[in-house]
This record gives sequence, structure tokens and C-alpha cells, in this order.
Amino acid sequence: MKTVFQRPNALTDMPTSYCPGCTHGIIHRLVAETLDELELTGRTVGIAPVGCAVLAYNFFACDMVQSAHGRAPAVATGVKRANPDNIVFTYQGDGDLAAIGTAETVHAAARGENITIIFVNNAIYGMTGGQMAPTTMPGQVTQTSPYGRDTTTAGFPVHVCEMLASLQGTAYCERVAVDSVPNIRKAKAAIKKAFQNQVDGKGFSLVEVLSTCPTNWGLTPVKALDWLRDNMMPYYPLGVYKDRSAEEL
Amino acid sequence: MEKVLMKGNEAIAEAAVMAGCKHFFGYPITPQNELAAYMSQRMPRVGGTYLQAESEIAAINMVIGAAAAGVRAMTSSSSPGIALKSEGLSYLAGCDLPAVLVNVQRAGPGLGGIQPSQADYFMAVKGGGHGDFHTVVFAPNSIQEMVDYTFAAFDIAEKYRVTVMLLTDGILGQMMEPVALIAPETKAPAEKPWAVTGTKGARPKNIVNSLYLSPELLEKVNIARFERYDEIKRNETRCELYKTDDAEICVVAYGAASRISRNAVEMARAKGIRAGLIRPITLWPFPSDAILEAADRVKAFTVVEMSMGQMIQDVELAARCKKPVNLCFRTGGMVPSPEEVLKSIEEVLR
Ligand SMILES: Cc1ncc(C[n+]2csc(CCOP(=O)(O)OP(=O)(O)O)c2C)c(N)n1
Ligand code: SF4
Repeated sequence: MKTVFQRPNALTDMPTSYCPGCTHGIIHRLVAETLDELELTGRTVGIAPVGCAVLAYNFFACDMVQSAHGRAPAVATGVKRANPDNIVFTYQGDGDLAAIGTAETVHAAARGENITIIFVNNAIYGMTGGQMAPTTMPGQVTQTSPYGRDTTTAGFPVHVCEMLASLQGTAYCERVAVDSVPNIRKAKAAIKKAFQNQVDGKGFSLVEVLSTCPTNWGLTPVKALDWLRDNMMPYYPLGVYKDRSAEEL
Repeated sequence: MEKVLMKGNEAIAEAAVMAGCKHFFGYPITPQNELAAYMSQRMPRVGGTYLQAESEIAAINMVIGAAAAGVRAMTSSSSPGIALKSEGLSYLAGCDLPAVLVNVQRAGPGLGGIQPSQADYFMAVKGGGHGDFHTVVFAPNSIQEMVDYTFAAFDIAEKYRVTVMLLTDGILGQMMEPVALIAPETKAPAEKPWAVTGTKGARPKNIVNSLYLSPELLEKVNIARFERYDEIKRNETRCELYKTDDAEICVVAYGAASRISRNAVEMARAKGIRAGLIRPITLWPFPSDAILEAADRVKAFTVVEMSMGQMIQDVELAARCKKPVNLCFRTGGMVPSPEEVLKSIEEVLR
């Protein structure tokens, strides 16, 4: 019998803690497939965030560090500077990366830190029960924007790829989505590139993945995918925002 | 051994490099700047990393990463910056990571002032982060001790997997003294099997983590950590006793204040008062036994602090109300004079 589909070796057999239909699982798989295909698992140290992916240290088969809320890029910097031969990645949500950890994110990029960041943008604080996030869209209803995000008092969302693309230190940043098979394939290619860049010493690479939170959006998994497509993708356009990876070192 | 004239801040930095610390993460703040500046000059020459972080929070999280990866790592700051590092101190403890931290204290609260102070005793000894944990705190009182306890700090940090803080102040950081730079043989374990260095397919994965969702498990982990703290109390508590054998009054002071207090003890002795000095060298663990022992013999204690009085609480606890405990203090960056300490000695004896 021929095996046509199996769990990537870079994922452990621990059942994940994600809600049914949550796209965190897909993104984990794409990272793990990348580690398998580039044969990086034994060299890799992953940094788990504070957020729904806090238990990622149980799910990836490589060495892992669990960091404080928002500090993953600083922790990753410490690991990478200690052992530059290690491949170091962070896996962070939008609250973690674009609110409490904004300084750590921006300055890791500004330094051109040779690390890879997987940034999961689901427009909400998932783990704490669905509060407004730095990426919550104008008008979006959350637990703490019950009348919809009012930009006159709550301001505007942070567009992470656009912001980081303006920094000289950023080597590569791309926004992808995991709403459909073609987009998942593109997301995989972007994640693989972000890791390959690190192997090649190209510097700071970040992939922003538009992701769903059916539980806190109050939608079925399928409707959540539609909502992502109809609402998030127009507001957060997919595409490559910066790519210096073809440049000679 | 030949001695060199060095500033306290620079002496700590050089000792750290000699101790094998190749990773320093800092952020500018007076009066500790010479330490980071020295590192920025020295680290590239020894193949190490000097990184000026975007904040003290980032700096200590970089220390967390480097420590998790198994290397000797260090950060330094002064009072307001140490407050920001308290999140990291808690995570270092929760993750059982070895790290060394220097606080060159200045006056507070708030932006306070840049003059020397000892007002971070509570932050260093009682708090500095959420949860059940301790930081080992050394309080050197000379440049030589700053060097010696920097070596000790790295060893103790690795032996017990704890954070060790060198609590100094603007006086010690800025002043110069001749110092012998001799690296003792390290007593730290050679291997760090828990470090995240990549499995290389040769061992099960390592996880550096402070999250325990099961309260039963977290309780066990915390109790086990405190058993290690008990071991530290037994093995590492240090204090200096100066002329305490026949003392009728004991001054208790650490760091810069202890140097002034020692002068006051001599002045008192010249006047026929049998004064002595108990100088805690570790503030956590606190040398409570030395205080308790003295409490049976002396008439009173005078605690000398460059703060509104913080260590005095530990002295009172240790003395178990057996004898009166007086406070001689200056605050806000002011330094007590030996005459002021002498006056306090005479007062408490009256
Ligand atoms: C210092 C600190 N502040 C707040 C929290 C509480 N907290 C836990 S998870 C989280 C939000 C995470 O949201 P996000 O980063 O968007 O990730 P998601 O859960 O949506 O995947 C917050 C605020 C914390 N653990 N630590
Ligand atoms: S709360 Fe939202 S982001 Fe978190 S696991 Fe559930 S669906 Fe996913």
C-alpha cells in the first residue's frame, strides 16, 4: 500500500488544542512540512507565543521555548545570537506580535535579525475570549468592541506587512491566506521561502497568514472561511510586500 | 598578583567576559552606562555578542533566549530599567534558566534622580516579578568584590539554574579601585542537557517553558524549586562580621553604606563605644542567623540605608524583637556621613 498522506515528521502525535475548524492547525502543518522538506527539524528552535498557539511547544517536534506575551522575537534573537547555526522561528498571533510585542517585532526586523516569523492574523484575541485586537477591522464586533470597532475612539488596525516593508532590515515579508486550497499552496510556498531565506542567511523574514477564529467570530468553520475572504482579504491585501531574497549577499 | 585601577562598572564587565560570558544585551541608562560601553568594545574582540536592545524588556528576553540556548548571558541596567526587567526575571525563574543581572541603583521613585541609592532592596529581594520565586542577590562593597561576585554569580546561576543579581549603586559603579582580575576555576556543571540547541536527531526534544496548566503539577514544580532555594540558603548565604565579637551595638549595612558604616564603627570605638558591623553580602538569602546570634549579645542594632528603610524589615524579622532596631537613612540620592551614623549609634545606646 502506498502512503499518500500522513502527519509531517516535524509535528508530534500530540492532539492539538485548537478549536474544530480553526486554521491554526493548517498553518502548523505548513510549517512542519517545510521543516521536513528542508530537513531542518534537528537544527531548529521554535518560539511559542502567548495566545492560542501557546502550547505549540508540544506540537512541533523540534526544540521549543515558550516566551512571554509579545517577546518571542527578542527570545528568538537571543537563541539565534547564541547559536547562529540553529534555525530559529517564532509563531505569533496578532495581539502578541502587533500589540504588546510591537517593539520587539519592529526592532528584530530593523536589525535584520536572521530569523523567521510566522504571524497568524485572525483579527481577534482568540485565547482570552475574543477581544478587540490591533488587527480588528473597522466596524468589527468583538467582546470589547460590542458596537463594532469605532475608529474615532479605538483607532485603526495595524497593517504589519506594509509597516515592516518600510524597514531596511526586512528581507522578506508576504501576506497569505489559508481560506482555500490554492491560497494554502501559496502560503506553503511563502513559509518555505521564509525558512530558506534564513538557511541562506538572508535576514529577517515574516509571513503574515490571514487565519480564522470560528469560535470567537461566532461562525461555523465554513462561514468563517467565507468571512475571511469577504472581509479580511479586501482590507488586508495578499501579496509580497518586500523581497530582497534574490539579492546577492 | 598585579592590580589594575578600574571603575566598578567596567570591572564587572571584564570579570563577566573572563567568566566566559559572550552574550550581553543592554539598554542605556545612567549610572550603569560604562558597563554596556565596555561590553560594546570588548565583545567583538572575543567573538561575542554585544546587542543594544530596543528596551530593557527586550534585553532581558534576549538573555532568556541566549540562556535557553545554553550560553552564559547577562544584562545590566539601573533602577527604572530593572523594574521593566521584572517580567523577564519571573520567566527566567519559571523556566529555571541561569542568568546574571546587574543593577547599578539610582534614586527613585519614578525617574527619581541619577545619584546613588539603595532603594531597590525590596524590588531585588522581595519582588521583581510575579509569582513564587527568588532571585539570588549579591551586594558587593568594593570593586574587588564586584569582580569576585561576578565570577560567583555565573557559577551559582548555573549550579542552581537561577538568576543572580549584583545589586550595586552609583557610587560603586562609578568609583575606581585597584583590583586583581583572577578568574577562579568554575564550579558550574559542564553540561546543560536541557538547553535548546537543536535535537540534531540525536536526543528527544527539549522544551524551555514556564506554563503548567495543571495546578497540581505547578504546585509540585514550585515546591521543588523552593527546595533548591533551601539548598542555596544553606550553601551560599554570606556576610561579613567586623568587630562584632565584643560589640554592644551592631550596625547593619550593605554595599556603599557599609563602607561609611565601617568608618563610623571606628569612630565609635575611638570614643569607647564597643560598636561592630554586620554586613550582609547576600541580601537573598539574607544572613538572618548572624543577626539573630548578635541579638542575644548586643544592646541594639542600627541599620544604615540609602533609602527610607527597606532592609531594616529583614533585620527586625531576624532579630525577633529581642533588641531595638534603629534606622539611619538618607534618601533621594543623598549619602549618609560617618558622623550621621555615629550619631545614630549614640542615640540608640541612650
Ligand atoms: C503580559 C500578559 N498580558 C496579557 C495576557 C493574556 N493573554 C493571553 S493570550 C492573549 C491574546 C492572544 O491573542 P493573539 O496574539 O491574537 O493570539 P490568538 O489567541 O488569537 O491566536 C492575551 C492578551 C498574558 N498572558 N500576558
Ligand atoms: S479561539 Fe479561535 S484562534 Fe483560538 S483555537 Fe479557537 S478558533 Fe482558533
